Amino acid sequence: MQAFRFEPTRLPPDAEALRGEVRDFLAEAMPNRSAVHRATSWSGWDPGFSRKLGERGWIGLTWPKRYGGHERSAFERYVLLEELLAAGAPVSAHWVADRQSGPLLLRFGTEAQRQAILPRIARGELYFCIGMSEPDSGSDLASIRTRAIRQDGGYLVNGTKVWTSNAQHCDYMIALFRTDPNAESKHQGLSQFLVPTKTKGISIRPIRNLAGEEHFNEVVFQDAFIPADSLVGKEGEGWKQVTTELAFERSGPERYLSSFQLLLELIREISQDPSERGALAVGRLVAHLATIRQMSISVSGLLQQKIDPALEASVVKDLGTNFEQELPEVAQMLIDCEPSANSAQDFEQVLAHLRQIAVSFTLRGGTREILRGIIARGLGLR
Amino acid sequence: MSELAGILADQVARLLGDVVTKDLLDRVEKGLWPAELWRALEENGLTQVLVPEDQGGAGGSWSDAAIVLRAAGRHAAPVPLAETVLAAWLATRAGLAVPQGPLSLAPVRRTDRLALARTGSGLKLSGSAARVPWGGRADHVLVLAPLDGRPHLACVASGAASVAADRNMAAEPRDRLRFADAAVLAAAPAPSELGPDGLVPWGALVRSLQMAGGLDQVLDQCVRYANERSQFGRPIGKFQAIQQQLAVLASHTAAAGMAALVAARAAETGDPGFEIAVAKSRVGEAAGAGCAIAHQVHGAIGFTYEHALHFTTRRLWSWRSEFGNDSEWSVRLGREVAGRGADALWRTLTQR
Ligand SMILES: Cc1cc2nc3c(=O)[nH]c(=O)nc-3n(C[C@H](O)[C@H](O)[C@H](O)COP(=O)(O)OP(=O)(O)OC[C@H]3O[C@@H](n4cnc5c(N)ncnc54)[C@H](O)[C@@H]3O)c2cc1C
Repeated sequence: MQAFRFEPTRLPPDAEALRGEVRDFLAEAMPNRSAVHRATSWSGWDPGFSRKLGERGWIGLTWPKRYGGHERSAFERYVLLEELLAAGAPVSAHWVADRQSGPLLLRFGTEAQRQAILPRIARGELYFCIGMSEPDSGSDLASIRTRAIRQDGGYLVNGTKVWTSNAQHCDYMIALFRTDPNAESKHQGLSQFLVPTKTKGISIRPIRNLAGEEHFNEVVFQDAFIPADSLVGKEGEGWKQVTTELAFERSGPERYLSSFQLLLELIREISQDPSERGALAVGRLVAHLATIRQMSISVSGLLQQKIDPALEASVVKDLGTNFEQELPEVAQMLIDCEPSANSAQDFEQVLAHLRQIAVSFTLRGGTREILRGIIARGLGLR
Repeated sequence: MSELAGILADQVARLLGDVVTKDLLDRVEKGLWPAELWRALEENGLTQVLVPEDQGGAGGSWSDAAIVLRAAGRHAAPVPLAETVLAAWLATRAGLAVPQGPLSLAPVRRTDRLALARTGSGLKLSGSAARVPWGGRADHVLVLAPLDGRPHLACVASGAASVAADRNMAAEPRDRLRFADAAVLAAAPAPSELGPDGLVPWGALVRSLQMAGGLDQVLDQCVRYANERSQFGRPIGKFQAIQQQLAVLASHTAAAGMAALVAARAAETGDPGFEIAVAKSRVGEAAGAGCAIAHQVHGAIGFTYEHALHFTTRRLWSWRSEFGNDSEWSVRLGREVAGRGADALWRTLTQR
């Protein structure tokens, strides 16, 4: 039995050629970005930077040209993303739109939606958030209760989304709502919508996280009216569509590179005195990283062949998020220092940030336990 | 997968799947030499997968050999297939004729000292090597030893050594060979593939591949067992605690397979040091975690000699410690990475 389709996959020359271009671009675009800013990884918000990437043609890289895309390969996209992440570039503004909202519209959206939205995403002008989770529906996403009830010319929405990353800065939400409260099962009667966040009746309240940052939000819908043409795909097909969206969400290199800056700082720390325990810890981390990277490249290979990588992506996300979460753990165990946001030492600053943030890595985008459940199903156990 | 790889995959799976039964493994542990199995492997060219076609081999690449060695691990093939494949390849790289029959390699320990010396008509080998895999059972041993201050690869008959038999935890022969002016059948300067660490990285590569196969096997057995064994009125595989553990095993197995195959691919480029270190480190950790899960899921039956699980788990535990354990390789990797400096890490990773 071969449960998974992981093949060692070489990045083709055109993808490697792009790597050099991205490095040159980044050297010029962000020469003096501090270590602690680099460590914010794909949470760094900078619309100016997103527009610059758009100008370079580096958003919507694989999409059709008629929607503002560039028709390049999944491998090229992989290289672009891993270079941006490894450099700690501030990619957050366009990230969700590029990764999942755009591809979702491409797959299920109407022609009008595609034409109106996709070219602007690709220019780095339109930013998206993900309206899935609710106060009583986290892992059990299909149990959501926010309703979109048909009304003249559209839908009236009532309910609450929560943990919505960057909603306060975004233009649109791709939201999952219940359109048929009387459907037989909870997986039926769900639909996806393209919702402008400035819609009347929507209020957005940032929720401070444990590190004191305002990153995610509560989004309340009170008789918010959205026109009929904001439906994405088919009414009632929301569950099937959202699982496709989650596969996009889970398949990229951001699921193991979130702590990469800390690995660099850790190497700088031990380089001064490579003790055996320091070398052991770093070598082991590098062995994990190099392996996960190869697995992630092979997921790009599946995408390139138009094979659904949902199962393999879950494996990479589980291994990857555990790795990026373990990094601050290893760093703190190894180096005797007091992590502090105000430290003059890069290592202490970066550790202070990631020590606090890393607990979220195995929650966001589907928890560790949910991913392992998906893997177990792939093994034929459920 | 190359065409040859596809053929090899079928061949080796069929051959080993049919022949390597629990009964055979039992008897080999009691001292039987599975002559028929060995003959079949030789006749199908699997022992010489890395020997060029014009020298009578299959002319395969390391990625082709990886298929054979992973399958050897998956089926716990109780023969020195990995050792013979590696020794035959090194012999051809050194320009030596490849002897028929099972082969072994020495020294496998960095601390062992062996030396070649000239005599009137030829060369003689002296010294001692510990834990030589299948050392007493192989027909010939390929020995890496200095001659006139330069490393040479020498072929000796294992009969020329005095053998102190020993075994690893899986009862595979790991013998001490002592050579006292033993006759050398052929010798040549060591090929460039053998650097300062000698045979150790190559041993680590073949063990990583075997271990990846062993983990494949362990995962299969666990999934099958979890679907068969019932408690509390349902298959234990329906319990979430079991599912979550097997998901972890599956991820370790997938990572081990990737790490080992990438190392084999790197061996084709001639400079696989980094990838081999990654592989032996990563696969070793996977083996430790994987065997623990496998035994937990199997309960008491998996702790019996009667059940077949241990034929693989004892091999995994043994192989993990052969040719450098995971810590040894991690430390090397860590030193290399620290030595190049933080700013070189990403370039190192992406050049590979
Ligand atoms: C930083 C961050 C950003 C986020 N951004 C967004 C966003 O932009 N948009 C959005 O929609 N959501 C977002 N989320 C929400 C995220 O998707 C949820 O946190 C996640 O799905 C888990 O839901 P929950 O937090 O309600 O936990 P719960 O589902 O209540 O889970 C709590 C614990 O129980 C476990 N558990 C639950 N069900 C099972 C089960 N069946 N079997 C075994 N264990 C189980 C979980 O694994 C977890 O350990 C974000 C979360 C974080 C932390």
